[in-house]
Order: sequence, then C-alpha cells, then structure tokens
Amino acid sequence: MALALPLILSAGLALAQVEGQPAPGGVGLPATVTDVGHDTQFFYNGILLPVITFIAISVLGLLLYVSWRFNENANPVPSKLTHHTGLEIVWTLVPILILVFISVPSFRLLTKQVEIPEAKVTIKVTGNQWYWSYKYPEDQGGGFGFDQLMKADADLEPGDVRLLSVDNEAVVPVNEVVKLQITAADVIHSFVIPAFSIRMDAVPGRLNETWFRAEKEGVYYGQCSKICGKDHAFMPSAIRVVSREKYEEWLAEAKKKYAVAETPVKLAASEAVR
Amino acid sequence: MASSTAGAHDHPKGLRRFLFSTNHKDIGTLYLILAVVGGLVGMLMSVAIRAELMHPGISVFPGLAQMLYGADPSMATDAGKNLYNVFITAHGVLMIFFMVMPALMGGFANWFVPIMIGAPDMAFPRLNNISFWFLAVSLILLVMSMFVEGAPGMMGFGGGWVFYPPLSSNIGHPGPAMDFVILSLHLAGASSILGSINFITTIFNMRAPGMTLHKMPLFAWAMLVTAFLLVLTLPVLAGAITMLLTDRNFGTMFYDPAGGGDPLLFQHLFWFFGHPEVYVLILPAFGLISHIVSTFSKKPVFGYLGMAYAMVCIGFLGCIVWAHHMYTVGLSLNAQRYFVFATMVIAVPTGIKIFSWIATMWGGSISFRAPMIWAIGFIFVFTMGGVTGVVLANASVDRQLHETYYVVAHFHYTMSLGAVFGVFAGFYYWFPKMTGYLYNETLSKLHFLVLFVGVNLTFFPQHFLGLAGMPRRYIDYPDAFSSWNYLSSLGAFIGAFSMLVFFYTIIEAFMKKRYAGYNPWGSGATTLEWTLPSPPPFHQFETLPRITGAEHQ
Repeated sequence: MALALPLILSAGLALAQVEGQPAPGGVGLPATVTDVGHDTQFFYNGILLPVITFIAISVLGLLLYVSWRFNENANPVPSKLTHHTGLEIVWTLVPILILVFISVPSFRLLTKQVEIPEAKVTIKVTGNQWYWSYKYPEDQGGGFGFDQLMKADADLEPGDVRLLSVDNEAVVPVNEVVKLQITAADVIHSFVIPAFSIRMDAVPGRLNETWFRAEKEGVYYGQCSKICGKDHAFMPSAIRVVSREKYEEWLAEAKKKYAVAETPVKLAASEAVR
Repeated sequence: MASSTAGAHDHPKGLRRFLFSTNHKDIGTLYLILAVVGGLVGMLMSVAIRAELMHPGISVFPGLAQMLYGADPSMATDAGKNLYNVFITAHGVLMIFFMVMPALMGGFANWFVPIMIGAPDMAFPRLNNISFWFLAVSLILLVMSMFVEGAPGMMGFGGGWVFYPPLSSNIGHPGPAMDFVILSLHLAGASSILGSINFITTIFNMRAPGMTLHKMPLFAWAMLVTAFLLVLTLPVLAGAITMLLTDRNFGTMFYDPAGGGDPLLFQHLFWFFGHPEVYVLILPAFGLISHIVSTFSKKPVFGYLGMAYAMVCIGFLGCIVWAHHMYTVGLSLNAQRYFVFATMVIAVPTGIKIFSWIATMWGGSISFRAPMIWAIGFIFVFTMGGVTGVVLANASVDRQLHETYYVVAHFHYTMSLGAVFGVFAGFYYWFPKMTGYLYNETLSKLHFLVLFVGVNLTFFPQHFLGLAGMPRRYIDYPDAFSSWNYLSSLGAFIGAFSMLVFFYTIIEAFMKKRYAGYNPWGSGATTLEWTLPSPPPFHQFETLPRITGAEHQ
C-alpha cells in the first residue's frame, strides 16, 4: 500500500493530458473531441456554470447580509412588512427570463444530439452482463462481431488503464459520422463515452440510436452507466479512433480474426431508413 | 363529562398506550423513533459505502459479506460486490421511506398538523395507528429481504431504489429477495396512502372555527399538498410493482419484450410516482422552514399566499415532469423537449419560496437560536441543490451528466442536506414542545456546524467526480477519481460523527430537565402549538379555539 500510492500518483501525472479518460483531480468536464461535445462544454462552462454560480452566491450574499443587517442587536424592532407586489412580480419574472435565456442553446444542442446525420459507419452495440458486444454490418465492409471484456488487473500492460482497458477495442474512422445502434441482451445497460458526449441506454427489446464524429485519433473510454448487477463497475467500453486507411486495414484483419466467432449480420434498418 | 364517555378519554399506560395508540401525539412519537432507527441504519450503510470508496480497489465489502452472511472466502469478492449493490439500494429505500417520510410526515405532521389547525386529534385515529404499524412491518420485510437469495447465489436485492426490470425481474434477481422488497413497498405505500387520506380529511374538516384555508399555517398547507401527491401517485407505484410481482411469479410479461412487454413501461410508471415522491420529501420541510424563519425573525411570513400556492404549483408540476429521469432511454426529440420545458418551470415557484424566506428575514429582528441556524443552513444548501437541478433539467447536458456523481451530488444537496436539515430544524424547533424540556443550544449549534462541514465536504467534490464522468453505483473506480473520493469519504465520516453530538444533545436535555414552558421562542412563535403547555395535554382543545385575525398563520 505504501508503495502503491506514489505509483498511482505518478501514473496520474503521466495520464493527466490524455483525452478519452478521466484526468486525476479534474474539476470540470473532460476534454472532448466531437462537435456535440464542444457545444456541450460551451453550454455548461459558458452559460450554465456562470448562471448557477451567480445565483448561489447571490442567495448566500443575501442571507449573510440580512443576518448581519437585521439581527436582533442591529434591528431590535421588526418591521411588519408582509407584502410587496412589485418585488414578488420581479422575482417571478427574472427567473423566467433567465430560464428562457438558458433554453435557447439548450434546445438547439438537444436537437443536434438527437437528430442523426447520415452515417457511413454503423455499429450495433449490445450490452450483456457484464460486457459489451459489437457487430459491424457486412454491407459496410464488416460482417463480423466480437465481445469486449475488461482486462483483469493481472493482464494489464504498460499504458493500460485499470478498469477501463479492454481486450478488444472497437475501431472507427476519424472525422466520419458513426451511428451506434444500441440494445441489450439481458438487463438494461447504458453506453457512454464522456469524451464524445454520448450516452444511450441499452434496453432489451429496443434499438436505440446515437451518433458521434470524433475529430481526433486516440482511444476513448466509457463505463456502463445503468446498474446491471454484480459487475456493473467492471464493463467498460473502449473505442479506438484511427485514420480511414487504418480503419480499412483493421476491418480486413478483424474479418479474419472474428470470422468464426459470429454469424454475419446484415443491418435491418440501415438502408431502409434513408 | 358523562361517565359513559370516560372510556374514550382515558389515558392508557405503557404497552397499551403505544401499541394500540390512537393519539396523534403518541403515534407521532412512534414515527419519530422509527425515523431515528431507519436513519441510523441508513447512515451506517452510507459510512460503509464511503469507506469502500475512500481508496480505489475493493477493500471493505468482501469482509462485510463474510461477516454478515458468512460468505465463503473464495467467493467473498463477488459476495462483496453484490452486497455493495444491496447497500446502495437499501440506503436509498431506508432514507426515503424509513427516515425522511416518517420524520416529516409521520412524526412532525402527526404531532403538529392537528394542533396547528386547532383540532383535538386526527380525523381517523385508528387508521393512524394502522398506518404506523404497516410501516414498521414494512421495515422488517425490507431487512428480511437482505437475508434471502436475490441474484443467483447472492443475498438481497441490489438493483438500486428504482427497481428497474429486467434487473428486478426473474432475469436479474430470480430469488425471493425482490418479492420481499415488493411486499415491503406495498405496505409502506398503503401506510402512506392511509396516512394521507387521514391528513386530507383532517385538514379539510377539522380546522378550528374561523381558520379558513387562507389562514391555515403553511406547514398544514405543505402537508395538504404532500398528502394529495401521495394519494395521486402511490397507487401508480402499487400497480407498477404488482405487475412486476406477477411478471416474477405468474408468468405475465408486462415488462418482458419477449412477450410483447416493455421495460420502459415500468420506468414511466415508477417515475410517475418517483418524481412527486421527491417533493413529498421536501415540501413538509418547506412548510416548517417558513414557520422557523418567521418565528425567529419575529415577523409574519412574507407573501403568505404566494408561499402556499407556490407549494401547490410545485406539487402540480412535480406530477408532470417524470420522464426527466429518462432522457437517455431513447425518448423522442419532442418528448425530451417537453420534459425539459416543464422541468425548468419548477425553478420559478421554488425561486419564489427562497426569495420569500429571505424577504421574511428582511426587516426582521433575527435571533440566532439553534432552529434558525438550521433553517438558514437549509435555505443555502437547498439553493445549491436547486441550481444543479436547473443544469440537469437540460436534456442536452444531462446526456453528459446522467447517472454520474453529479446527479448524486444534486439530489443529496436537496435531500441529504435539504430535507435532512429540514428534519433537524423541525426537531430542534419542536423538541421543547414535544418533550417539555429545553436542550442545550450550543450543542445543537455544534451539531449543525459538524454536519454542515461534513456533508458539504462529502457532496461538493462529487460534482467534480460527476463532471469528470464517474458513474454512480460503482464499487470501484479508475484511479484518476481517487483524490475527490478520498475527500468525500472524509466528509462522510465527519457527518457520521455529528450524529454522536445529536444523540448527546438529546440525552443531555432529558437528563437536565430544563422546563420549556408554553413558548420558549418568544413573540415570533404565533402558531397554536405555542398556546399549549409543553408537552401538550394528552387531549388538547377540548374547547375549540376560535380564530379571528391572521395571528396563527
């Protein structure tokens, strides 16, 4: 234990700048690599955080001021003021205006998240107790599927991250719209990649969709976010973003590697929708 | 009084007095004792959870599982992981149904709603008795559920207090633990429905002559709204968990897509109850904070009607925003837009309440007695929880923060700080009235200070964890999250220590026996309970008080 602490700390420093995984001691949203992520950061850091900080500090300031100004030593005779229509109208209208101000960028971002642009790459992701499985459709050069399990502590190699690194990373091309079709085989799970600002529940009997376009190559981690039983904390997801050429190479390799594992899938809705 | 009616007015002693009690004050006391028991167990669980999360890795729960269940050492890690889930589930259920609700609704409301409205007792005293004992039995069933099989080879139900199927159906937890939980919830629900019917009837029919609804104390208003919320929404929960019960035991498939059912149906039904439920937890605190702020500012409540109707408005809005807990399940764009809009609207009446409390203090002559310190603390921490609620109301940002520690921080600021500070504020406000004794106010203020530091240290860093993406309900986390988790755990231990101060404060008060008299709080305390001796007589208001002005609001 005494040895472990400096190790953890130095590992933390080395990882501090890595996108796609949490930064040690971070106090804000993680670095993002998608357009939706940039908008989310602007909305939170630029609008919501200043507004809520201002409100919280104003209320604290008012409480401190009345406590100082109207304590029984400073103000022995209480007033009998119980109504002030003007004031009551103001403190009803001002919050409404603040909410309207917040709602404009909020609804714009919401639409961007939910309306899925045309995607060249579609991947089906299935949540299982306690791992994710991925299927790449045949008509997009895939036709294979594989399971993604967390690496046990004993299997970690240098550069791996405890609880986040997996045996088989999913690979996608950089700067292309990737559509994820998400479902679950047993109980509800939730597929999340914080650096992409995506989160979609994996619900048995439903095919939910979400999308991202990663701007930067790298490995991006997420963790299951809907309680799913004993090993809920031990089913991370990892997506490696690579160049188009590398992606094609990977597809060819993966096709051989995973060929026997699964029967080929053809994506039901991928053509019919458009 | 004729001798034939003497039986109805006797004063039973000992076991008969409490076991068969039909007296609202005795039943209130029983509820408060139950709340202390439930709160203590729930708090010890949270200490175990925070001890586990203090450092990365799994350290506490395998040992705990061996201790509790005699789990085989080779299986201890798995049993520990399962026990962790069982603890977070039980912590939530205990704190909601067996701590905050029995304290605010069962305890304070039973004690003071009849007195505040000038009634001799509740409308249905025997119904009141059965509500309490349902809840006691419900607690026993919940505890029993932890000692029967849930997930295959594991003890107890570990699926979170939201009980989402298929995790709570035969797929996730085939053992009988979940059936025990369902029965426990049914009894707790029946208890609350009966209690609510009792409050609604009492408040509508038994107000003293001259006390119109618009002259009624705000705590009674809060309870009226709360009772309506429970009567409207608990039957929906009862239906949802009954369908779950038949799915589990009789082969129906309400929530099983293999048979044409839908797991999301349960989520809609659950949150139709679950969201109003969080207002059930906080509205009574809103009511009593108004009385405390007014009492110690020596001023009537500012904007009384606005305060009353803000609560009605919050109650109504609380019933139509449930799917903001479900932004990520795959709702359509328009459904998400609606729930964002409706949720944000709640900030308006909530703002009215915060500003009206401050306006009540404005121009007052504030004496910083112990309950006032707790009330001011409540206003601040509730504001903190409220503003992060505005953040989470936005589905677009919720996509980043849902199911992370940001949400945990948000609802603990409103509940673990907000509702709990409300409970303690009410407790210290009414303790002299309920027992007849004064407590040591310095001790109470010390309790406040330690708890305030503790819970803020616990939950403020959790905002950072959530922003960075740490999911909730995790027994272990990537090492990057360790520093804030360490601080958070330290805060939890400080908060737990404050309970020792709390118990010492009570014991000291009972030992020293400083008599409180009718009204220890001075001219600001105007509601009817302060016109009675402390403790009030076994039956109060045998001659009904007559209300003329607005002086008992």
